[in-house]
Amino acid sequence: MSWLTYVTRIVVLVKDIPDINEIKIDPSTRRPMVEASKRRLNDLDKRALETAIRMKEAGGLEVVTVSMGDDRTKTSILEALAMGADAAYLVNDPALKGLDAYATSRVLESAIRKAGAFDVVIAGELSLDGMGSQVGPRVAELLGVPQLTYAKELKFESGKYRAIRDLEDVDEVVEAEPPFLAIVVREINEPRIPSLMNIMKAKKKPLTQWNAEALGLNADELRASVRVEVTDVKVPEVKRKRVMIKAEKVEEAVAMLISALTADGALEE
Amino acid sequence: MNMKTLIYSENTELSLQLLGKALQLSGAAVSAIAVQSDQARVLTSSGASKVYLNIDKSFDALKLCLLDVIAKESPDLIMVGSTKRGRELAPRVAAVLNAGYSGDCFDVKQEEVGFAVKRLAYGGSTVASTRIKGKPVVISVISRSFQKPEAHGKQGEIVELNISVTPKIKVLETRPKNTRDAGLESARVIVSAGRGFKRREDLKLLEELATELDARMGCSRPVSADLGWMDQWVGISGKKVAPRLYVACGISGTIQHASGIRDSQIIVSINSDEFAGIHELSDYSIVGDIYMVLPALTKGLRERAK
Repeated sequence: MSWLTYVTRIVVLVKDIPDINEIKIDPSTRRPMVEASKRRLNDLDKRALETAIRMKEAGGLEVVTVSMGDDRTKTSILEALAMGADAAYLVNDPALKGLDAYATSRVLESAIRKAGAFDVVIAGELSLDGMGSQVGPRVAELLGVPQLTYAKELKFESGKYRAIRDLEDVDEVVEAEPPFLAIVVREINEPRIPSLMNIMKAKKKPLTQWNAEALGLNADELRASVRVEVTDVKVPEVKRKRVMIKAEKVEEAVAMLISALTADGALEE
Repeated sequence: MNMKTLIYSENTELSLQLLGKALQLSGAAVSAIAVQSDQARVLTSSGASKVYLNIDKSFDALKLCLLDVIAKESPDLIMVGSTKRGRELAPRVAAVLNAGYSGDCFDVKQEEVGFAVKRLAYGGSTVASTRIKGKPVVISVISRSFQKPEAHGKQGEIVELNISVTPKIKVLETRPKNTRDAGLESARVIVSAGRGFKRREDLKLLEELATELDARMGCSRPVSADLGWMDQWVGISGKKVAPRLYVACGISGTIQHASGIRDSQIIVSINSDEFAGIHELSDYSIVGDIYMVLPALTKGLRERAK
């Protein structure tokens, strides 16, 4: 490949998760009914993808997505392609179900390597289902690249990658040399909604699927290497007084509230 | 018992909370990493048997520092405070060690094999009980999960490390954040705005109430992220707060917001929608228009003060 045809590639990690806003709670067990809920692209992953697409629109990059999932994940991948990704890679192997973040990161690392050379890998800060916030840093370590975390702006301008990191007391303006892995926060952008025409076009874009063997991985060994197991997921009981203050006039309601708060000691200096 | 724990947070308060739990879990066998000499002294006098002091608290230096101390101490459990620094550091260190990691835990127990932790999942609406096996196990712990230890009096050892590296990501500039609505996490009283406010100017009503209650101002996610009226919001992806009194004004009470305010002592909600989710999360609710209730409440408090 000559330098004229060399295209800088951005890999975006995207994942489908149960729709958090639609998850219903089984009233008898207080457990979320995850299997019953619709799946969608994790919001922060969309923002990671939007970041990459805007970089592509600014100047000649190629954007590919890498995911791990099952047949259902294809719907979300189609959305990613419709948003503007050029190609998608999906690790789809029933033998890899139920891996923890440690093993998942190993699979993603292999998939990213197999997908080819890259400048930047972009991931979202967390996925709202497991809220683990660890696959990004783990994959960065496995790939042996620095991590640029909490990015609320990431741009590729005159051959340089610049970002603004949203830290606790300050914003940090940074410059990174590729290859690196960026982790974006929610503030970075509002992801686009793909047009109908782009949804149609997305169906023609390449989606490559791999199983463990194709990645040179041993599924049995990966399953045995799992270190973290979720033993139960439950909605905690909210212990609140839940007093509804009702009065004819606003002044009366306010007076009742003030005396209740005074009695609770909530208004003391 | 018979196990070793290593703790780290650049936040002294949080590092003491970690120490409190670590002493419960592993008796005297607690080592720590500190980034300031004051912090190192407080930790040793509060029960840490050995504190490694490293002044460079950049990501790259701390990563090496943790790996160095882990090699020396071979801890069973590594507890890192869930600050932004801690949350980027802990999983990366776990990756180097091929170790299991759980983030943002608020409870940890030793089990026959490994540790059992509790943390939030599904947008913060649920608690996930999780088992982590292997050695070591790495976790990050959210603020206010554990009590600080009693002062010990005994002085542990302080070891200076002096690990310093050139950061891999070059910092060009740091910009201070707008501090108008800073300090939410440690505020004792918070008044918070939601989409019930129609215009930015109307936040004046909230400001007046804040002055009367000597409160910090916060808001729900859309008010900050979508409308840009404030820098920081209260919620899963924003600030988690734990004030003595939280007053939610015109906030509907999404899962996002609910999990940010769950540690508040008393929650008051003012919302015109009788069926808004926020009422279920509240100790006291007034169903009413914030444009009517807030001025009346401010006035009522002002008269009470006289």
